[in-house]
Amino acid sequence: MKERRRKKEFNRLNRKWNVIFTLLLVLVGILVAAPMLLILIVSFSSEASIAKVGYSFFPAEWSLEGYRYLLKMGDQLLDSYVFTIFYAVVGTVLSVFVMSMVAYVISVRDFWLHRPLTWYLFFTMLFSGGLVPSYILNVQYLHIDDTIWIFLLPGICSVYNVIILRTFIRTNVPEALLDSAKIDGAGHFMIFFQIVVPLSKAGLATVALFTVVGKWNDWFTGMLYVENPKLIPLQTLLTKLQNSVDYLKQNAGIASTPDGLQLLRTMPKTSLRMACTVAAILPILCAYPFFQRYFVQGLTMGSIKE
Amino acid sequence: MKAMGVTRKKQRIWKKRDIPLYLMAAPAVVALFMFSYLPMGGLVMAFQNYNVGKRIFGSEFVGFKNFEFLFSTSDAWRITRNTVAYNVVFILVNMLVAVAVALMLNELRSRRTAKALQTIYLMPYFLSWAVIAIVVSAFLDRSNGLVNQIMILLGGAGKVNWYQKPEIWPGLLVFVNAWTKCGYQTVLYLAVISGISQEYYEAAALDGATRFQQAKHITVPHLRFVISISLIMAVSDIFRGDFGLFYTVTNNSGSLYPVTDVIDTYIYRGLRNMGNVGMTTAAGLYQSVVGFVLILIVNKIVSKIDPDSAMF
Repeated sequence: MKERRRKKEFNRLNRKWNVIFTLLLVLVGILVAAPMLLILIVSFSSEASIAKVGYSFFPAEWSLEGYRYLLKMGDQLLDSYVFTIFYAVVGTVLSVFVMSMVAYVISVRDFWLHRPLTWYLFFTMLFSGGLVPSYILNVQYLHIDDTIWIFLLPGICSVYNVIILRTFIRTNVPEALLDSAKIDGAGHFMIFFQIVVPLSKAGLATVALFTVVGKWNDWFTGMLYVENPKLIPLQTLLTKLQNSVDYLKQNAGIASTPDGLQLLRTMPKTSLRMACTVAAILPILCAYPFFQRYFVQGLTMGSIKE
Repeated sequence: MKAMGVTRKKQRIWKKRDIPLYLMAAPAVVALFMFSYLPMGGLVMAFQNYNVGKRIFGSEFVGFKNFEFLFSTSDAWRITRNTVAYNVVFILVNMLVAVAVALMLNELRSRRTAKALQTIYLMPYFLSWAVIAIVVSAFLDRSNGLVNQIMILLGGAGKVNWYQKPEIWPGLLVFVNAWTKCGYQTVLYLAVISGISQEYYEAAALDGATRFQQAKHITVPHLRFVISISLIMAVSDIFRGDFGLFYTVTNNSGSLYPVTDVIDTYIYRGLRNMGNVGMTTAAGLYQSVVGFVLILIVNKIVSKIDPDSAMF
């Protein structure tokens, strides 16, 4: 290790270019971070400040108004938060369970169906019926629109993730171990739960993280299939807020009381919207640096082979 | 394998030991049958005058009428052109930016700075399009947006409604897309670079090569291969528009359709209006078939160049 560091020391970028590259890259970093920062700052600006200087990196007045009203607006946001957490957690657990099992099955080379089964899965990545037939099926035949099943079932098996998991199992679970377990009389259930799952923890974690993020960020399902306010995920709520602040008036359930009407009239619409946005992305952005290792591993893991 | 006798194969087929495997595969098999294969069957609607009341088995077949109708409108050309043109530009721009950033990041003397920057670059990748649309609106909003505010400061009227100015959107969408996805590609290229054996660089350094010469003669040639493979692969997705980008970021603004309408947004609107389900399905089938053919071609090419990178 020491030797390698010494070797590296003499083979590095010279100082002048290092400074130039650093400046350039920091500039890119600012370009990437600034828009997100703007949302954060606006969410902490007072409504008066927004009326005066608009959305600005330098608000005329800082304030917690947006967040205070976020709490008051209550019902819809709380419902959406609770539902999004449910969707992300339950959806991911179910999904990873289903995907890891089938991934193990197609990783078993001497299972006579492993090749046709892989193709059965893989073909859905090459060709799809598309949006309209899926919609007609879900709404007119299965009647799962506006229920929790529309969130849990159609996306339960991401074939891309299955292939990643299969590759992970094949490279991380030694074949000798599987063979000796087989000789000792272990069945496939036992091999899967006692050997494959423990040895594939890193792969499962990566896939689970991607699935959680995907479900947390899913605004489309809610937009297309859902009317019931109890089933509107946060991200869908955001698009609805974006399209019309009026949405709140109709759906928050606060407009019916005199207090509610007063609240609506004085509601800081714009900073509230930004506060809502921050509330929607905060869990992901806070968690992400800690799990970055898994994310990066997952991003570079997607080799699809048969 | 094929040479193996049929009888031996038959013996292997029904083994008690395999029952758990069937059970473990069953949920995924059923789910994909329901939600992937059944919709493929639903594509027959593309050849029907679909009637919501009569549904699939009651609607009448009209042959290729839906396709004739679709391709007789100017929409077909518009959405095809937009989808393909944006994707081509996205692929090239993202690749150039990501490679440049990855090369520079790799050369930084401070590993900690490089790590921190990489963390920032990757962040937008984890935002949903719903959020990104709001981020964009913070700049473009008519009354409060940063851009109009800056125009006021500079002495302009600052009341421009950017969501009705088609001329800015092609460039803007390319930028927003790069902002969202370049970090991800940068990470990919960095992973490739870190996989290059350190010995090459050490040997080159002993021969007196500068870091620039090393980058040019070692890193770039190593990357070139990965880049060309991923460029070819990207072609297979060229017929798929990113719905979130083209729908939410543009606020689905009608006056922007000439430059923002892609196949996916077109299909979505067709579905929402429920006007002509048959023709909307036809547009979907058109997209799926062309996409499928592209994948087959691309895979053929890739397996010629590098069998290890082929998808199947």
